[in-house]
Amino acid sequence: MSVPVKDILSGNVRAAARLMRDLDDEIPAAIRTIKSLYRHTGRAYILGVTGAPGAGKSTLVNRITSLLRSRGKTVGIAAIDPTSPYSGGAILGDRIRMQQHALDEGVFIKSLATRGHLGGLSRSTIDIVNVMDAMGKDVIIIETVGVGQDEVEIVKVAHTNLVVVVPGLGDDIQAIKAGILEIADIFVVNKADREGAEKTQREIETMVSMGEYGEGEWKPSVLSTVAATDTGTGELLEEVERHRAYVFQESRIASYRREKARVELLEILKARLIEKAVKDLTRHGLLEPILEDMARKRKDPYSIAEKVADHSFAFRLLHGKKPPAAGGKGDGR
Amino acid sequence: MATARGKAATTAAPGKPSRKIRILVGKPGLDGHDRGAKIIARALRDAGVEVIYTGLHQTPEMIVNAAAQEDVDGIGLSILSGAHNYLFPKVLDLLKEKKMGNVVVFGGGIIPDDDIPKLVKRGVDRVFTPGTAIQEIVDYVNGRIQPRR
Repeated sequence: MSVPVKDILSGNVRAAARLMRDLDDEIPAAIRTIKSLYRHTGRAYILGVTGAPGAGKSTLVNRITSLLRSRGKTVGIAAIDPTSPYSGGAILGDRIRMQQHALDEGVFIKSLATRGHLGGLSRSTIDIVNVMDAMGKDVIIIETVGVGQDEVEIVKVAHTNLVVVVPGLGDDIQAIKAGILEIADIFVVNKADREGAEKTQREIETMVSMGEYGEGEWKPSVLSTVAATDTGTGELLEEVERHRAYVFQESRIASYRREKARVELLEILKARLIEKAVKDLTRHGLLEPILEDMARKRKDPYSIAEKVADHSFAFRLLHGKKPPAAGGKGDGR
Repeated sequence: MATARGKAATTAAPGKPSRKIRILVGKPGLDGHDRGAKIIARALRDAGVEVIYTGLHQTPEMIVNAAAQEDVDGIGLSILSGAHNYLFPKVLDLLKEKKMGNVVVFGGGIIPDDDIPKLVKRGVDRVFTPGTAIQEIVDYVNGRIQPRR
């Protein structure tokens, strides 16, 4: 059963929850709904919160949400936790720290499991954010799964990225490594009442100062918080607001939107093309023999993938169908 | 503890619809003992269920609101405080109010035998008492609760 678009636009919680679940479960009817919702998205400000497990992301999100609510902003939260690689099950516990918003109609919290997707998000995260956006949430906070060093998918989705670190997790070599530390717009040294907090802050500041920043370019800032006691969170929100103003400058927001469009398209395209290729191969009875040949080392996967990619199915998709007019000119390639 | 590693594992290919059972495990009321709830949550995870764990001291309103936002198939409540005769019916009423009557409510804890038939009559699907094998609860969830179609 599909969810009516008007119910989402009017902010109906049940309808939105159903749609989000259907999207997470990749139900075809939900894809039809999100097609019509797409043109209603793009109004929300998206804040990413990432960092190691136990860094205090949920607690921080909880505090930020309170501050945003006190300023009259409505908030959507997509909180991601890992799926068990063994059972496919998950324990989604981010709500525990956000209980105080459980009765607030201005806050919608959706817990998501990674379901095997790498990168720190679930495959459905962009869709879920789009639904919250269409519901009219002013700010959408994405809390990634607890990440290590290379789960940086959030950078493609959020306007502003907070990277939450805690004192004592590593020496200064950790701080110059590539990956997660490169994606921060704002570093948050949480649990700053712990020993080593100042050292951690200094190390990150040193790392940031080694970067080169052009005129008017954003230089990542480093703030300290103790989310558990709500210390430093007000200052953090001010900094977030400053970054929002930076991103939403006339000259920047257009390129951000185009970059986001590219990510969205490529993600969806990737899934669809694989699906289509596998379906085509299966329908023509080719898949199993190919796998058998590979198992016997008579064929290699590289050549097969090349052939499949050259096949005309990719182009058939584009015939007779205009790309959806999303109101923007000049859409990538 | 019995773990059912790999039992209900669903590794769907990208683009393939795959419904997963989603269950909210919550602790309404004032008692602060959540070990039982955590063990259940873990066992269900090991059985391939997505468990939304909401933590301690939840009011029925909070639980039902979370259940609505998370679009769960079932709610498992752990109650050790003696307030089960109030908390279970309240959750059921709120679900009905929100037109979520199809969400299966089950629970466990320190619940006198005499109270169980009354709770079941009121709409609680199943009540587990101390001593129940974890596997029994897992089998119940897998057998009784279907992901929404």
